[in-house]
Formats: sequence, C-alpha cells, structure tokens
Amino acid sequence: MSMLVAILVDGLVNASWLFLVAVGLTLVCGVMRILNIAHGGLYAFGAYATATLISWWPAARLTSPVSFALMLVAAVGVGAVVGLALERGLLRFVYGRDEVVLVLITFAAFLILEDVLTLIWGATVIAAYQPYSLLGRTSVGRLTFSNYDLSLIVVAVLVTVGLWWALTRTRRGLLLRAVIHDREMAQIVGINVGRYTTITFVVGCIFGALGGALTAPMISIQPGIGVEVIVVAFAVVVIGGMGSIPGALLGSIGVGLARAAAVHLLPDLEVFVIYLVMTAVLAVRKEGLFAPAAVRRI
Amino acid sequence: MRRTLLAMLVLAVALAAAAAFAPGWLAFLLAVVMAKSLVVAGLVVMWRAGLISFGQALFYGVGAYGAGMLGMRWGVTDFFLITLVGAATAGVIAWVLGFLVARYRGIFFANLNLAFSMLLFGYMVKSSTFGGTDGLRAPIPTFLGYEPGDATRVGVLLVATTAVVLPLLALLHRFLDSTAGRMTTAIRDNEIRVLYLGGSVRRTIHLLVVVAAVLAGAGGAMVALAIGHIDPDVAYWTTSGEFLFVAVLAGPAHVLAAVLGTSVFEVIRTYANEYAPQFWQLILGTSLVLSMLFLPDGLWSLAGRLRRVRKEAGHV
Amino acid sequence: MAKRLIPAALMTAAILLAAPAARAADEPLRVAIVSFLSGGGAATTGIPIRDAADMVIRAINEGKLPAPYQKPGFGGWEVEPIFSDENGGTTRVVQELRALVQRRNVKAVFGYVSSGDVMAAAPVAEELKTTLVISEGGTPQLFEERGYDYVFRPTAHGTITSVGAAHYLKDTMPNVKTYGGINQNYSWGQDSWRDFTLAMKKLLPKAQARTNHYPKLFQGQYASEITALMQEQPEVIFSSFWGGDLEAFLAQAAGRGLNDRSKLVYTIAEISLYRMADKIAEGTVMGARGPYGALARDTELNRWFVKNYVEAFEKQPSYPAYHIAQSILAYKAAADKAAAKLGRKPTVDEIRAALTGLEFESFSTFVKMSLGNGHQAATEAAFGSFHNDKVKGPTLINIKYYPADCVNPPPNMTSKQWLEAGMPGAKC
Repeated sequence: MSMLVAILVDGLVNASWLFLVAVGLTLVCGVMRILNIAHGGLYAFGAYATATLISWWPAARLTSPVSFALMLVAAVGVGAVVGLALERGLLRFVYGRDEVVLVLITFAAFLILEDVLTLIWGATVIAAYQPYSLLGRTSVGRLTFSNYDLSLIVVAVLVTVGLWWALTRTRRGLLLRAVIHDREMAQIVGINVGRYTTITFVVGCIFGALGGALTAPMISIQPGIGVEVIVVAFAVVVIGGMGSIPGALLGSIGVGLARAAAVHLLPDLEVFVIYLVMTAVLAVRKEGLFAPAAVRRI
Repeated sequence: MRRTLLAMLVLAVALAAAAAFAPGWLAFLLAVVMAKSLVVAGLVVMWRAGLISFGQALFYGVGAYGAGMLGMRWGVTDFFLITLVGAATAGVIAWVLGFLVARYRGIFFANLNLAFSMLLFGYMVKSSTFGGTDGLRAPIPTFLGYEPGDATRVGVLLVATTAVVLPLLALLHRFLDSTAGRMTTAIRDNEIRVLYLGGSVRRTIHLLVVVAAVLAGAGGAMVALAIGHIDPDVAYWTTSGEFLFVAVLAGPAHVLAAVLGTSVFEVIRTYANEYAPQFWQLILGTSLVLSMLFLPDGLWSLAGRLRRVRKEAGHV
Repeated sequence: MAKRLIPAALMTAAILLAAPAARAADEPLRVAIVSFLSGGGAATTGIPIRDAADMVIRAINEGKLPAPYQKPGFGGWEVEPIFSDENGGTTRVVQELRALVQRRNVKAVFGYVSSGDVMAAAPVAEELKTTLVISEGGTPQLFEERGYDYVFRPTAHGTITSVGAAHYLKDTMPNVKTYGGINQNYSWGQDSWRDFTLAMKKLLPKAQARTNHYPKLFQGQYASEITALMQEQPEVIFSSFWGGDLEAFLAQAAGRGLNDRSKLVYTIAEISLYRMADKIAEGTVMGARGPYGALARDTELNRWFVKNYVEAFEKQPSYPAYHIAQSILAYKAAADKAAAKLGRKPTVDEIRAALTGLEFESFSTFVKMSLGNGHQAATEAAFGSFHNDKVKGPTLINIKYYPADCVNPPPNMTSKQWLEAGMPGAKC
C-alpha cells in the first residue's frame, strides 16, 4: 500500500516537472513547427537567474511567496530577453528553410547560450536551496515528502488550466489556434501571423526559463544542466504528438509514473524507461499520442 | 563523373603525402576526418531524399562497439576486417529497423531514429559487457598482417582509412547517378508523383537507410580504431547532432562535400579549443550559424560561386 | 574542380603547419593541464584543478614552496603550463592530446578527471612517448589491465574510499544491521558499491545489504530515490556521489528529513563540506580520496597550500585541488631527485625514470608509488564525522586515518580479486 502511494506521489511530482519543462517546447513546436533545442539553454538561464535573485535577497526576509515571485520574475525577465533576441536576431532570418536547418540553427543557438552562460556567471556552481525547505514537509505513514515537490503538481495544474483558458476562452488564443491549424489560411484572413509567431516563441521561452527557475532550488546549478533536459523534454513532446499540449500532459504523466515505478520496482530500468516509452509510442503511432492534422500535398 | 574521380585521385595523393610527411597530429586529424566524413556522406544521401535522422549515432555507435568487441572478445585486430564487420552489423540492424523506419517521414523519421539511438545509449551506459560509461578499449589495428610501430602507425592508419573511404565515396557517387539514386531528390520533391510514376518509395528509403547505416558503421569502426577507446557518448544525441550539423555545413550537392565539411568542422574545433578553451562551443555555434545564414546550400556552394565570379570576369 | 582543390588544400596545410616554431634549449618546459573547463564537471572539479595547478606551478618556478621543496624550478626547469578542456567525449580528448604533444610541443600532460578519458588517454600517451600524470580519474583498472612506461598516477585509486568507509563504520557503528546505497549509474558508482559491499562482508559480516539505487549521472533530482530509501529504511546509506549530484542530493535529503532516519556515509563529500554545511546533518560520515581538505594532516606544506589557495581564490581547497597539487609535486620531487643524481638539468625521460617508484612528502600525507610497477601511488584513507561548530564553523571530527597497507590491495592483486578474497594481507 505504502509502495503504491510512493509510486503515485513520486510519479505525479515527476510528471509535473516533466510537463513544466516540456510545455514551452510543445507550444513553440505547435505554432512554429520548430523543435527548439535552445530550450535547454533557456532552462539553464532560468535556473541561473533564479539562483542569483534568491542569493541577493536577504535570507531573513525570504518567504515562500517571495521566492515563488522571484522565480516568476526571473523566468519572465530572462525568457523575454533571450527569447526575443533569439527570434528577432536569428530565427526570423531562416523561416521557411528546411526543418533540419531550423533544428540545427537552434542547436547552434544552444551551444552559444551555453557559453554565454559561462561568460555571465562563470563556471562556478551556484545554489538556491533555501526555497526547497521553506514550505516544510508532509508525512504519509513512514514516508515524508517535501511540500516544494508537491507544490510542483499545483503549479503544473495552474499552468495547464491557464493555457487551456488562454487558448480556448480568449480571442487571441482562438486566433493563435487558427495560426496553428493553418498558417496560410490565417494569413489570408488577416491575422498578423508574424506577430503571433514572435509572441508564441517568447512565451515558449518564458516557460522554458520557468522550468529552470522551478528546478533551481532542487539542484545545484552548474554548466551543462541544459543538455540533459532537452532530450527529456524532447521525448515528452514527441510522445505527446509534436505540439499538442494535452498530448504533452498525457506523455508527462505516463513517463513520470513509469519512471517512479521503475525506481521502486526495477531500479535497473530507470535510465532508459523514458526512451522505452518513446520508442514504443512512436513505433505504434508515428505522430505521437495526439497528432495535429497534417496536409497532404500533391 | 570523370572530374569527380580526378578530384578523388588528387585528394588521395594529397592524403598519402600527408601520411608520409605531415606531423603526426595532422595525419591523425585527417584520418578521423576521413572516417567521420563517411558518416556525414550517409546523412547527406538521406537528406537528398528529404530524410533527416537525429539518431545516426546509433549506427556509428554500433560500428564503434563492434570494433571494440571484435578486438576484446575474439582478438581480431585487422583494420579492414573490423571495418567490414562494423559496417555489416550496422547494415543488418538498419535493414531490420528499416521495415519500421522506412514508413516514417520528416520529423517523425528523425524522432524514431533518435529514440532508437537513445535506447542504445541507455543500454551501453548500463551494460558491464560493454564497459559501462568507462567504455571499452579498441584494439591496436594491424593492416593485412602488417603491424606498424608506434612511429609509423598514424601514417599507415591514414592511408588505410583513405583506401576505404574514397572508394566508398566513389561508389556512393555512382549510386546517386543510378536510377535509385536519382529517385532520392524526386522523393523529396514529391513522393506521390514518384508513386504515380511507378517507383517504390518505401523500398528506396529502406535502401537509403541501410546505405547510410553501412557508411556510419564503417566510419564508427574506423574512428574507434583510430581513437583506441569507445564510450557510450558515441551513441548520445549530441553525437548525432554534430554529424547532422556537418552534413548541413557541407551541403547535399556532392559526396566530396562531406569531406570538405568535416575538415572545416574539425579545424574550427581544434583551433577554437586552443585559443579559447572555455568558449569553443560559442565559436563553433557562431561559425555554424554564420555558415547556415550565408551559405544556405553548404560549403560546397562556395565552389559554384567562385566559378560564377570567374566566368563573369572572363577567366574561364 | 581539381584545380580549385589543390590551392585550397595547400592553403589549409600552410595555415596548420605555421603554428609552432623551433624552440631554444633554455626555454621553459611546457606542460598541459587537462580538466573540465566547461560542462557538468567544471565547477566542482575542473576549475579547482586548473586553479591549484596554476598556483603550485607558479610557486615552484619562483621557489616559494616550504621545505623540502624550496628550490626554484623542477630540477632546474621552469615549467610553463597550458590549459585544455576535457569536455566533449573521448574522441575529442584523444585528438586534443595528440595535438598538445605534437603541435604545441607539450612535454608532459597532467590531469584528467573522467575515468573513461583516463583509459582513452593512457595508451595514446604511451604511443606518443610522453609522460602522462593522471591526477583525478580514479579507476583501479588503469594499471590492473596492462603496464605502462609513460603513465603515472601519484594519487590513490578509488578502492580506498569504499574500503575506508567500511573500516570507519566498523570503528564507529560496530552494531549496524542494515545498509543501503545510492550511487551514480556509471563505473565509479558501480565499483564503489561493489567494493563497499565486499569490504562490509569481511569487516561487518552481520550487516545486511539492502537495495542500492543507481540514478543516472547528472540526473540532479532524486525525489523517487529518496522515497524508496525511506520506504526501505536502512540504518546506513552509502553514497559515492560527487559534484552537482552530491549537492543536489544533500539539499533534497535534508529537505525531506532522510537524515533523521538513516546515517549517511559519503565517500568523497569533503568537496562540498563548506558550501553545503547547513544541509548536512550532525554526524554524517564524510571522506575524500585520501587525507585532504578538512581531513588533511596539519603540516607546514598543508598550511602553505591552504593559506595561498584561500588568498588567491577565496575558498577552501577541495580534494581535486589537492590531487593535482600532489601530482605536480610528484613531478617536482622526481625532477629534483634526478637533477641531484645527475648533477645537471635532467631530460624529460630522466625525470620520468625518477618518478617510477618515487616516495615523497606531499601536502598532507606521505606518498609511495608502490603499485602498478611503481606507477600508481598508495596513500592512506581518512574519514570523519560532520560537526557544525558554533565558533569554528563546519568541520569534521572523530577523524580516523587508515594506513596505505590497510586500504590498498597488494601489488600483485587487482582490487576486485583482493576484496573478493577478503582483503588478505591488509595491515590496519
């Protein structure tokens, strides 16, 4: 019984984290058809910016609402600046080129961001562990969970509901969905597709940075943290169906639970459980769980 | 075709001269470049059909680990035999996977390949048979019974690598001239038209996957023999990304572009690490962005541009 | 087409070849220091190695080290260090090593952190006939697999950490009944857990091993593993974590109170003692790979090292810094020994000959190159318990030292054979 609770809670925490780091990637992928590898760089920037802000804040006045606010500020700030710089300074020159060129441009951008990070923060480890303990713990039987981990579930739910509301209940959201569905048609009916693209990209980047910001208190922040995240986020996006937000949600939950189950039951499998899920899903459904409609051209 | 053969001949002579006279580090770099350019050539051929793979490191890794296992388990040290086995193993795996993969296109093709290569990576990390993350030692190669000493080994290695790579590239060039080869670009432009014209798209793609895998396997085996050590990084996604990068840098115009692209890439990397050891990724990334912005058809297109400039100046 | 290729090839060749010019005889001895300057291993390990190497080489060139190393230079040589990044996988490491030796005229190479890189670099150094002094990568396989003439490791290999931890448990918690583990899923973590369980079987046969968890290297998040460890509740949790993974695990374990239920034993956590002091529970067992950092013996050399390191870099030196410093000191000691014997400046090969089987006083311990035919050092192991002192700040107390003969296999056995045989011949 206690094992089941453990797997369920761990799995959901895991799933929430996966969803939070992958949602920005999904959004960009859905609107722009770009697999943005620079997302990993944004994640790292978000983590670094958060750690810096938290270390500037006097420890005595750091409460958990403050630390969550700082994370949000860091994510929005860094995500907006870097995202705009990437889109306006680089990506817009290559729109319309081959898919592979777009992916590789973002790969190059990722390499550059990695070293820019080192230029700004140096190659030292920085840390922002304080918020992790601020929320306290919850005990279930002999198990103790960190409330910070549990709060990730809440944040993931908030993000999901927020996105659902924004995309289905607001005018701009509906227009954006029109752009996702058919770019050319959207352009013809007078939607400023270029602006929607820019905004989506920046929002995606902010989510990337937010993923990093929320992870910052759990890990030690050092060069190279972005590389691992990309492939994990990538897997979630691919499993879910390139660009489908419900798909990413379902993919995160599946992978999260599978990983938690592996840790408790088959520790040897943990390293590749995510790729097993990815291969299995792709082998059966090449578009992933939820596929956006594709147009067949003759 | 004749011009290409001539160019290859010149390249072969230049490389043989390098093997005899260049300093060891340069000969070694050239051997690695030649071996890796084989992997890139495979990607370029797939790209001509509009197929990109985020997981070519799978076949590269299979070739490399194959070399290691042959040496460790069965004491095989012959360069050519190991390369052959590496290529064949990768080819067989590609043939099996091909039944599934050949049904995929575009980004889905790329993703499925990525998934397979990451599975191999995960397995290699865990597996004690293959040395886990510490990796595996590759044998010191012999060449058809000839055992070069420490001083001459690198030169011989370069000659042997060239002797494998250039004929393969020539074959590849011929293949692209054949019906199946010419179908590649047709598939990229419009698959359905190819079907209407009576071509089998799936069979062609299956063939391309196997061809590219054979090249990657041979390349992986030769790089492993040159380096002398194999670790799971050979199958990691960044390795695939790098090869793809070089393929785009090179451009799909010609098989020899793969050699040019790989050379430029390795030279940039070597010098970036020398002058800015902490910022070589920045330099690499910037050069790649610049090349993609200003040379959209790859480095090979520079040659075409030069020719045009000369024509305008009335030299040709 | 050929017409265009030739000039291009010639130009590339010309640029490549123009780099190094001939060097005069009195020029300094050029060495390379290779460690992670970027990527996951940089911050905790690679950068301290670079800093300490730079500091110690400069001090030796200027003759500023305390006795017996006060004589300027390495047997009369001034050493000029260049620094190279280890990041990027074994292919790049090997390519880089060849370029360092053949293009940039490096006469000796120091460093290497990753065991995979160590295993890849060693045969290349042998082929290039260039001295390679490994300072950090600790896999015992290096000299167990084959012999080398040009490769040395003047620091202890990884076995001493797991064996030392088992000894420390025997001395401090002789009644322990269950132990579990969490170790990174790669050779270092796998070897550590294997060695520890084998040593425990011999030293504390009543203790039972529970599950060991193998999270991925650089995973950074251990929520599920911590839950599983709570579920199993072993008395002792053994971990060979290091670097960012270690610090993340310390923070997460503290946040969830794992320390309240189990005693944690970290084999090489000394590295994070000061940075993570508020996340470490009182009494947590910590080691380094040898008596370094907070476990260092109080010698004049050690006082010099700590003082200068803190002044230069504003932090305490961790054991990777000690390891590279010890490796450079080994080279200095060998060069001076060769110079004294020959009465002149020794050649690199003469220094190399003197390095084989060398015995020398390092910054905080005595080093004997007694294993691997005189190429591998054996040193003592040290462990202590964490204590956050109100006045002195974080420190280790109850420090115990285990002599080299107690925690190292004898020269004729591999670590695995020795542990499986029940550590015969150990003198503790």
